[in-house]
Amino acid sequence: MSEEPSSTSVSVADGQSKSAKKPKYSRFSQQELDAWQPILTPSWAISIFTVIGLIFIPVGLTSLFASDSVMEVPFRYDDECLPPNSKNDPVAYIKDDTQNKTCNKKLTVKTKMTAPVYVYYQLDNFYQNHRRYVKSRDDRQLRRKGSDNDVSTCSPEDYTPKELGHNPIVPCGLIAWSMFNDTYKLSSKNKELAINKKNIAWKSDRDAKFGSDVYPKNFQVGGLIGGARLNESIPLSEQEDLIVWMRTAALPTFKKLYGKIETDIEDNEEIMLVIENNYNTYEFGARKSLVLSTTTWVGGRNHFLGMAYMLVGGISLVLAVGFLLMYVMHPRPLGDPSYLSWNKNPGILR
Amino acid sequence: MSGGRKRKLRLSKIYSFACCKASFRGDDSQIGGKGYSRVVFCNEPDIFEDGVKNFADNSIRSTKYTLATFFPKSLFEQFRRVANFYFLVTGTLAFTKLAPYTAVSAILPLIIVIGATMVKEGIEDWRRKKQDIEVNNRRVKVHKVDGTFEYTAWKNLRVGNIVKVEKDEFFPADLLLLSSSYEDAVCYVETMNLDGETNLKLKQGLEVTSSLQEDLHFQKFKATVKCEDPNANLYSFVGSMEFEEKNYALSPQQILLRDSKLRNTDYIFGAVIFTGHDTKVIQNSTDPPSKRSRIEKKMDRVIYFLFCILFLMAFVGSIFFGIATKDDFQNGSMKRWYLRPDDSTIFFDPKRPVAAALFHCLTALMLYGFFIPISLYVSIEMVKVLQSIFINQDIQMYYKEADKPARARTSNLNEELGQVDTILSDKTGTLTCNSMEFIKCSIAGVGYGRGATEVEKAMGRRKGSPPIHEHDIESEAGKIRGSLDKKTLIKGFNFDDERIRNGQWVNQPHADVIQKFFRLLAICHTAIPEMNEETGNVSYEAESPDEAAFLIAARELGFEFYKRGQTSLSTFELDPVSSNKVERKYKLLNVLEFNSSRKRMSVIVENEEGKILLLCKGADSIMFERLAKNGREFEEKTKEHVHEYADAGLRTLILAYRELDAEEYKEFDNKFSKARNLVSADQERLMEELSDKIEKNLILLGATAVEDKLQDGVPDCIDKLAQAGIKIWVLTGDKMETAINIGFACSLLRQGMKQIIIHLDSPEIQALEKDGDKMAIAKASRQSVLLQISEGVAQLASYRGSSQKAFALIIDGKSLVYALEDNMKNMFLELGIRCASVICCRSSPKQKALVTRLVKSGTGKTTLAIGDGANDVGMLQEADIGVGISGVEGMQAVMSSDIAIAQFRYLERLLLVHGHWCYRRISSMICYFFYKNITFGFTLFLYEVYASFSGQPAYNDWFLSLYNVFFSSLPVVALGVFDQDVSARYCLKFPLLYQEGVQNVLFSWRRILSWMLNGFISALIIFFFCTKAMELQAFDAEGRTAGKDILGATMYTCVVWVVNLQMALAISYFTLIQHFFIWGSIFFWYLFLLVYGAMPPHFSTNAYKVFIEALAPSPSYWLVTFFVVISTLIPYFSYAAIQMRFFPMYHEIVQWIRYEGKIKDPEFCDMVRQRSLRPTTVGSTARLAAKAHH
Repeated sequence: MSEEPSSTSVSVADGQSKSAKKPKYSRFSQQELDAWQPILTPSWAISIFTVIGLIFIPVGLTSLFASDSVMEVPFRYDDECLPPNSKNDPVAYIKDDTQNKTCNKKLTVKTKMTAPVYVYYQLDNFYQNHRRYVKSRDDRQLRRKGSDNDVSTCSPEDYTPKELGHNPIVPCGLIAWSMFNDTYKLSSKNKELAINKKNIAWKSDRDAKFGSDVYPKNFQVGGLIGGARLNESIPLSEQEDLIVWMRTAALPTFKKLYGKIETDIEDNEEIMLVIENNYNTYEFGARKSLVLSTTTWVGGRNHFLGMAYMLVGGISLVLAVGFLLMYVMHPRPLGDPSYLSWNKNPGILR
Repeated sequence: MSGGRKRKLRLSKIYSFACCKASFRGDDSQIGGKGYSRVVFCNEPDIFEDGVKNFADNSIRSTKYTLATFFPKSLFEQFRRVANFYFLVTGTLAFTKLAPYTAVSAILPLIIVIGATMVKEGIEDWRRKKQDIEVNNRRVKVHKVDGTFEYTAWKNLRVGNIVKVEKDEFFPADLLLLSSSYEDAVCYVETMNLDGETNLKLKQGLEVTSSLQEDLHFQKFKATVKCEDPNANLYSFVGSMEFEEKNYALSPQQILLRDSKLRNTDYIFGAVIFTGHDTKVIQNSTDPPSKRSRIEKKMDRVIYFLFCILFLMAFVGSIFFGIATKDDFQNGSMKRWYLRPDDSTIFFDPKRPVAAALFHCLTALMLYGFFIPISLYVSIEMVKVLQSIFINQDIQMYYKEADKPARARTSNLNEELGQVDTILSDKTGTLTCNSMEFIKCSIAGVGYGRGATEVEKAMGRRKGSPPIHEHDIESEAGKIRGSLDKKTLIKGFNFDDERIRNGQWVNQPHADVIQKFFRLLAICHTAIPEMNEETGNVSYEAESPDEAAFLIAARELGFEFYKRGQTSLSTFELDPVSSNKVERKYKLLNVLEFNSSRKRMSVIVENEEGKILLLCKGADSIMFERLAKNGREFEEKTKEHVHEYADAGLRTLILAYRELDAEEYKEFDNKFSKARNLVSADQERLMEELSDKIEKNLILLGATAVEDKLQDGVPDCIDKLAQAGIKIWVLTGDKMETAINIGFACSLLRQGMKQIIIHLDSPEIQALEKDGDKMAIAKASRQSVLLQISEGVAQLASYRGSSQKAFALIIDGKSLVYALEDNMKNMFLELGIRCASVICCRSSPKQKALVTRLVKSGTGKTTLAIGDGANDVGMLQEADIGVGISGVEGMQAVMSSDIAIAQFRYLERLLLVHGHWCYRRISSMICYFFYKNITFGFTLFLYEVYASFSGQPAYNDWFLSLYNVFFSSLPVVALGVFDQDVSARYCLKFPLLYQEGVQNVLFSWRRILSWMLNGFISALIIFFFCTKAMELQAFDAEGRTAGKDILGATMYTCVVWVVNLQMALAISYFTLIQHFFIWGSIFFWYLFLLVYGAMPPHFSTNAYKVFIEALAPSPSYWLVTFFVVISTLIPYFSYAAIQMRFFPMYHEIVQWIRYEGKIKDPEFCDMVRQRSLRPTTVGSTARLAAKAHH
């Protein structure tokens, strides 16, 4: 029974008329296709682990070095920029339009940063990924001229209040309305470090998502004022701050590009910061930071990836060695069936 | 020629019992009352009276749907599934503001999934429709006008039409038999399609219409039939016919049922009484019970479990969401002012946090709905259909002789085939061929016949004779002789004895007895000879295969029955004196038919010398007591032989005769004729009494032995199944001795096995039976059965220590009645389970079904019933899987089976190969489905933790909805259709592999939960590694940071890679197909990302150009993907490496064997087989082992 005759020859030789329903023979229909049937032998396991280790560790080292070459200077200012008498009630301070929000600080860069130096603002505990928030925009309105009335998804920032004419707001929605509006001026040795705000957004956004003939209208004119105001004479596609802001962050702690400084910053250079501390993060207790950073081919400074690569690579090597030892120390006769579940408790079967 | 001869026959003469029943059975008193209101005007189909119009037409419809009902009905069917309903609800809700994603993206996969299932339903229904069309368009001759008959389609038949049905045609509707080609309006009907019985039934029309034998006679024929309304009772009919102003009662005897076949009769004329769905057959057809496999039932439970997790997650999320929302706006001051909590909709309203949380819960349910694999059901259905195509295509389950491949009639149960714990098998036609072969006889106390029966051969082996033994030499010689004979093999004849063949019998000591013996065989029957006009050979149409075997034997040995006249039988006989063939004619006087209470039949004939002879054949139990004192000459010897034959698994009959003197016969004939014409309920009893009186004082001639042959390969197949740990119960209608013998033949029983026999043949009970007190009999029987069962249990218990002792339980039908009673059945079941084999003899179809139900519900394990006849239908429908043998006995069993095979031996391949594969495929597939959906769904949940539980998905809407449809399902489907742990050859070589299914190790909760856990772990690793690696810093050298779009796409890439690679890791069988689907799915994801990203931004939203602009140019995207994918797989990989090496499952052991080439080392294979075998208790392997042990 174990050796079945190959059925091909039999089938062809026989008369055709009587066997009309005979299934056609093919390797496919008889489920006899050629197949690669690897099994996880010790050598496979050990070599795979070794290979993983040998690839991961160098890759990890490389990206760690790359990431380490990135200079990053964070400066948290939400607390520092509060006048001493407002420390107890920052919300009142930030909401009071009459107060002067300008705040001058000094920042020392210890190591040299080569241009371009990117300027970021970092917020935390800010849920740009909240569903109500994410949806509160209208892509059509942003892109196409004459679609001002496409505000259905933007409530409550869709129309100006009744007393102001109930006009559609462009750009509508909570995202645009709550745009970050702190501004930074950096100078060093009495020389201004110009912050270039061109090309800080993705090109596809500028080209396809924000119209070059769409201008802000009725923005931040009445009711509750959210964040930044927009220059109504500049088309949306050139309002890169807005474009950056509107590409919402994935997580509640995020960094967004503010601009770039196209000159080097020398080591131990002292940088004067003039911060317009306008943005109200005090109500939801979030921190604000200004971050200066260079980049490299892996992006910004984050050791996680490099470390993790090395760690996993290391673990793989350890596992490889472990497996090797295990196979050497406990060679097990193959086909030992004592582990089979039904041999463990034969009672079920009887 | 033969037609002309038959026309003059009045065959009713032969059937003394059957034909006269008609006269008193018809009960027309009820006609016209409730339920008996039908009025049919024969030959006036165009008459328009009330009622006529309401009759159904003769077309039938077996389809589930019509064009109009297809959509509503099949949709309803679809949404009866919890998961589909859930997706419908979420799909509908997706159109509201609650939805976390766009409605189209949510509803589209549902439409695809439901659409695919509906297309499948549609195709299946279309097939049925085609079958219906074929049946409805069959043609039949119908009377038009003026005595002309024309062909018309079945569906055009109307009630009242006169039809002419010709030989071997099916009856198109339920007909009233008017006349036939025979003068007395009898006809033969084959009812195989109705009840599976192969013997022919005799029907007879009323005498008044029997003369209407020509087409032209129907020119002016008019009759009115009043009868019962359509009902499902096949064996009753109440009605009357008004013909020429007289009323005649009708009975079932005149009714020809649709789907039965006209045999041995040239034509009949009939009036259509019931058409289409009114016919008894169709009224009788019940929808087969829909069966679902165990795995699917369990899968439902797993899905409920997943629903629980889903609700839990949604609930927890809602609480957090509610708290956060409430927090946003307190005492007029806003916290997260950018969300405008002061001017919110109900869904985010901090003033009504409870309502918001409740609504959020709905949103979350929709979002986490990715936990439930939407495409699971449809994938499983697709996979199963493909699997059953493979089963149908298996060339090794194709039976050449009958041109029948295996056919999976339902695809629902494929994987159940891999979990069968107990097989309940019919015997006749299933284990055996149901073709009778005349193999031995005992004449005048001398045994003739050299052929060895299967059973004898098996017993010879069983006795353990080593190859070089005289016993075997003899059987070897027999084999050679047998193979020589095969050139001129005659069906039904396997008799070989040089003492008798070729006329040699004349030289035997009791030549005269031998002559009488074969003469009796040639005369005492009710068969009809059919002359093949070309070859001159005679073949026989007999009621039972036994009878045909006798006639063939008689013919081959020189007593050829060739002609049945109206009152005569003609034979060619070898004259012992002249040794020439001479014709002899016997005048047939009476036939005393066989029935199950008489257990004998006789004919009374007058031979050419004028002697009146009573020839009788019957069962041994009643024949020996009817012998005359001077007829017992050979009794001892014959009894001995009969015992021997029964032991060899043969069916035996005793032959005896008696001479009647003219006086005696006259007296009998008078009384008998009177009784025959008596119109009363007593008639039958009276006739039996008379027959009983005359069938006495017989002179013994000898005994015949007919073999019910085992099918090819049955013992081997049973051995394999036993090695696979499957228990086999045989349920048969046969006698205990025969059943036991067959049991020996197929190694279900063996010497040294302790037989526990439960029966009610004890003297006490027999004594009670004579008294006839039913209450007392029942009480005593019950007690006796209880006692025997408990004794059996006690015996088992006393042997528990030694595992070598095997038990067999044999129980007869009478005892079974009591054993199946509520208070006893559990004990009986326990006894049965612990015995190695169980044989139930003399069991009725209902008992078969009851035993099946008992085993099924009592053990909770999967049962498989296999049978071929109509009497197995109940059992087939009751069992978890019904396998029909598409053999000779009609289609009834096949029609109610789930899978049809042509031979019992194919069961081995069906179960051990296809069953094992399908089980493995489906269970792996389902586990894997859960894994991949949990991996995906849980990353969504983890993201929620960082999105304030607001219900914002991490991925683009279309990523979400296409995940199940395109990026992860196809490799799983490929797994479900093509995966093989080990090849067919190894499946058969290591039958124990099958236990993986029986014990359900591949779909145990442990395995399911492990896969789920793996999913959770994968999700955790993917989510945290991705977010940690990409969270804050610049994403590329341009200084831009990663937003939701980039993180989402990266995470999604990782998920697609991980689930597909996980699949590649988990399977060990790669054909091009697997490669294509696995790598294709991954490739397709990138392709999709490109294409979708190139679409206008209002459609692609945040995926617009994300790949081409952001991801692809950035090294960190590739670094993160590579790292996350590999790290996610490491835990599983380590586990698999350890498990494969140190704790391999059985199929993995076999894989090792194959891998290391040890398969060529028989000792090693045996070691694996033996050491891992629980001791097998039945089958030839076990027999060998038992022998070695002793």
